[in-house]
Amino acid sequence: MADLRTQPGAQAPAPASWPDEVFRVLKEAGVRQVGMVPDAGHSRLIRAFEADPETRLVTLTTEEEGVAMLAGAWLGGQRGVLLLQSSGVGNCINMLSLPVICHMPLLMLVTMRGDWGEFNPWQIPMGQGTQAALEAMGVIVTRADEPDLVASTVWGAANLAFNTWRPAAVLIGQRVLGAKNFKELARK
Amino acid sequence: MTNPNALLHRRDVVKELLRDRGDLLIIAGLGAPNWDVSAAGDHPNNFPLWGAMGAASMMGLGLALAQPKRKVLVITGDGEMLMSIGALATIAVEKPPNLTIVVLDNERFGETGMQKTHTAAGVDLAGIALAAGIRTSRIVRAAEQVTEIRDLAHEGRGPVFAQVKINPEALPFVLPPADGGILTTRFRQAVLGDESLYN
Repeated sequence: MADLRTQPGAQAPAPASWPDEVFRVLKEAGVRQVGMVPDAGHSRLIRAFEADPETRLVTLTTEEEGVAMLAGAWLGGQRGVLLLQSSGVGNCINMLSLPVICHMPLLMLVTMRGDWGEFNPWQIPMGQGTQAALEAMGVIVTRADEPDLVASTVWGAANLAFNTWRPAAVLIGQRVLGAKNFKELARK
Repeated sequence: MTNPNALLHRRDVVKELLRDRGDLLIIAGLGAPNWDVSAAGDHPNNFPLWGAMGAASMMGLGLALAQPKRKVLVITGDGEMLMSIGALATIAVEKPPNLTIVVLDNERFGETGMQKTHTAAGVDLAGIALAAGIRTSRIVRAAEQVTEIRDLAHEGRGPVFAQVKINPEALPFVLPPADGGILTTRFRQAVLGDESLYN
């Protein structure tokens, strides 16, 4: 059986400018600390923060470090954002107790794997469990599956997080990011 | 006559670290370090953790970065530090000059029945911190060295890491407020002023 190589209606990908809008939203929200375990889907946003002298960009060894770091930032009067991939959500679960029980804001931008178009079966368990795991811990979850809706979804989540002092996550779907296929790359 | 090989007592260590604390900001790891810091005197500039094991040192980093003019002291246990050992690498990379991390190392998981941690088998936390790039990193066994760490914490030439070998004694609990909302609000009010109540 042939692979499903071609996505119906697929056109040349539009230039992914949504990270620039997200950057503007986060700057307007007063974000000063960014914790991240990188993901390809966040690379443009990461580059924007790297170039911003007002932002402290901290590379983490594991995502729950960022949950704790941003709790400390809040105690010191700074707002932050955590950039992670859906697999990293699983690393954060117990640490989410901290912002939940302390009424602290936590804004998480999660790039998805293991959903639309995924080729790698190992990404499926955590990808499919991401939203349920976050919601089980009391995180408000919103999804963005269209590039045009990412920035406004982040704006909404930032308001929830910083004005109501609780964790809020935006899941940015693979429909926005594009699904990888290493098998296709391996054939080339 | 004091025995030079005697282990330090944890509450003496914490009392000395917090002597003339000034405007020092404290993050205390869950369990006994929380009770030790509280035994030295509950204070709005203390943030004692009741859970979120592994949070203490990274909370210290976020706070130190947000408040570069203040000195931040993290006091935690060996079990808690081992759970977030990667944080030592992250902190070494960020090099916050105003952050000191003190691990009260009784080589035990104290709250759960005094089971041995890896430090009991010789895992050298100070060596790990040094290898990660925290240049001022020490194993502390004597009271005079505790005073040196206390002074370093106030000077702001960090990051500083200290692994203080302490007696595995079980002491009476001294509990701070347990409500995370109260702990957060009073800390922010103390550090940021009344304005913090309005945003």
